[in-house]
Amino acid sequence: MADIDPVLDVRDLTKYFGGLRAVESVSLEIMPGEIVALIGPNGAGKTTLFNCITGLYMLTAGEVALTARGQRKRLNGLKPNQVTELGMARTFQNIRLFPNMTVLENVMIGRHCRTRSSVFGAIFRPPATRREEQEVVDLSYGLLQEVGLAGLVDETANNLPYGAQRRLEIARAMATDPVLLLLDEPAAGMNPAETSELQALIRRLREKHGLSILLIEHDMKLVMSLSDRVCVMEHGSRIALGTPEEVSQDPRVIKAYLGEEADA
Amino acid sequence: MRDLKHSAITAAWFMFLTLPIMVIHVNTIEKTIAWRWENMAYVGAGAFVLSYVWRFLMRRRDGGGFRSLSPGAAGRGRLLRAAIEDRRISYPAAAAFAALVIAFPFLFSLYQVNIMISALIYVMLGLGLNIVVGLAGLLDLGFVAFYAIGAYAYALLNLHFGLGFWVVLPMAACLGAFAGILLGFPVLRLRGDYLAIVTLGFGEIIRLVLENWGTFTQGPSGISNIPRPGFFGMEFGLRGSIVFMYYVVIALVLLTIVVVSRLKYSRVGRAWMALREDEIACQAMGIDKTKTKLMAFSLGATWAAMAGVVFAAKTSFINPASFTFLESAMILSIVVLGGMGSTVGVILGAFILILLPEYLRAFAEYRMIVFGAVMVLFMVFRPQGLIRDRRLRRKFRPTELRGDADGDSGGATDKAAGMKAAGAHG
Repeated sequence: MADIDPVLDVRDLTKYFGGLRAVESVSLEIMPGEIVALIGPNGAGKTTLFNCITGLYMLTAGEVALTARGQRKRLNGLKPNQVTELGMARTFQNIRLFPNMTVLENVMIGRHCRTRSSVFGAIFRPPATRREEQEVVDLSYGLLQEVGLAGLVDETANNLPYGAQRRLEIARAMATDPVLLLLDEPAAGMNPAETSELQALIRRLREKHGLSILLIEHDMKLVMSLSDRVCVMEHGSRIALGTPEEVSQDPRVIKAYLGEEADA
Repeated sequence: MRDLKHSAITAAWFMFLTLPIMVIHVNTIEKTIAWRWENMAYVGAGAFVLSYVWRFLMRRRDGGGFRSLSPGAAGRGRLLRAAIEDRRISYPAAAAFAALVIAFPFLFSLYQVNIMISALIYVMLGLGLNIVVGLAGLLDLGFVAFYAIGAYAYALLNLHFGLGFWVVLPMAACLGAFAGILLGFPVLRLRGDYLAIVTLGFGEIIRLVLENWGTFTQGPSGISNIPRPGFFGMEFGLRGSIVFMYYVVIALVLLTIVVVSRLKYSRVGRAWMALREDEIACQAMGIDKTKTKLMAFSLGATWAAMAGVVFAAKTSFINPASFTFLESAMILSIVVLGGMGSTVGVILGAFILILLPEYLRAFAEYRMIVFGAVMVLFMVFRPQGLIRDRRLRRKFRPTELRGDADGDSGGATDKAAGMKAAGAHG
């Protein structure tokens, strides 16, 4: 274990919004190929942590580093697009697709940071640009097949049913070719059948692309069966970290979720 | 029945509201008051009819969901689409249209040709602004500034250095692109209303500078005797030079259409649209917001500056009065009315908004009222504009995402090389 760098290394990450301590000194390591779930009551700072890691928010203190393709890079102060380029992709809690673009185009956007053709290429369309464009189309279509949306490529994204929108978001994130995928409540609003489908999809993506995955989720059944480790947050702090069994036995976690007994 | 009642109430309300202006007429000289009750009847009847028609239209619009699915409407749409896709119909139609465009100056009077040139200039402006507003979703109310920069670039370079149209055209394009970036930097963080206000200010700044920097721009009196474009030293008469101008503009418009639609369906165009749809998601997907925005501003401004050069050459006289906010509003209306993002829509919008007022000179006094009413009705009944932007359909053969990200030049290339993206443009 010791000689393998963690894919994501979060050290003492702290984020204050004025006087509000949204995240307080949280540390977390994610190993290659690992699925880690981030759980905690509403308002515990899970999404804030996500936004800090992906560069949407500036950190108040602490350090985030990503190891992709054998290189360790510090993420502090990088813009979200630079973070994505390094190999981290995310989905959003409240789905953020490009509603008036087609399903295929949504995924193609994900390829943006892996392609290079610019204005010159767009206007003169040299063979290199056309080839690149076709590669993007083919690859995006492949990803849509993988998430089971191949039949809907020409539909506009806002016409998709909810579950399909979630899967499209995952496909779009996958198109950026990440080493680490951050999923913010991927199963929210899904019925049990869709949830188990999603679980299979996440497993498949990990096997096939060698991904590491960090996910925020409230569906405990999904968390317990899918994740290798679980990180529990409450009031901005990490209160437990371990295998699903360990965490579910942890008295502090039980307290956070169920509250203290009335006359303790 | 309920509609009738509502309309009657509306009519009564309007009769009451307009009572002081329409009915009571005070003659201050003879100190008499005339009661013109017949006016009240006109107002009442007018308000009743208008209100009833309005309610009828609104009901139709709200019932539009199933109406558009009725076989008649769908059939018409399909028929048109089939006609466009059938080469036996579309090719001769396109050829006839091209012939009309080429023969236009010889079929119609000089006046008509002049109007057509104006309309075509607005097509260029509209397509340029379409990049900024329609594709990238950046509401720019100061677009006329770049138009002015192009026009003044030609006028001043010609005045001081004697440079010709063909030399200045590319120079002005570069200047416009540069000005676009210059404007882009301070507004990078702004969106929506805030962006609109700042760009509005930018447009006014340029106009005021042109008006007040007399030693450089000759102030409000403007610059005259700007030459029309030449053609390898050939001399044209007045008619000849205008006809030549027409062809120059046609060529430039074609160039604009080709470049803008290619940009639209490229990697860059997709990034613009993503930026329009959701800025945060766009960044999270690895798109550099700064670069993309600046590119939209500068590429939009390029066309405006080129249109400015053409405008200066066409009118052979320019002054700051040609570059007021009204002009910006006009170009924006073209884009919105035509259909944001749609190339064909913007072209149609430009023709309608520029040509109609020309042919409706009889109603010159009511032009702005009609204009405003049309805009309001459009936004109520067809907010997507004349022509809705159509998405491109593509052909594909799936390939696997490779495990590592450092390049996509692997096996996918060979497999995909034979495939071509097939487009059905809107």
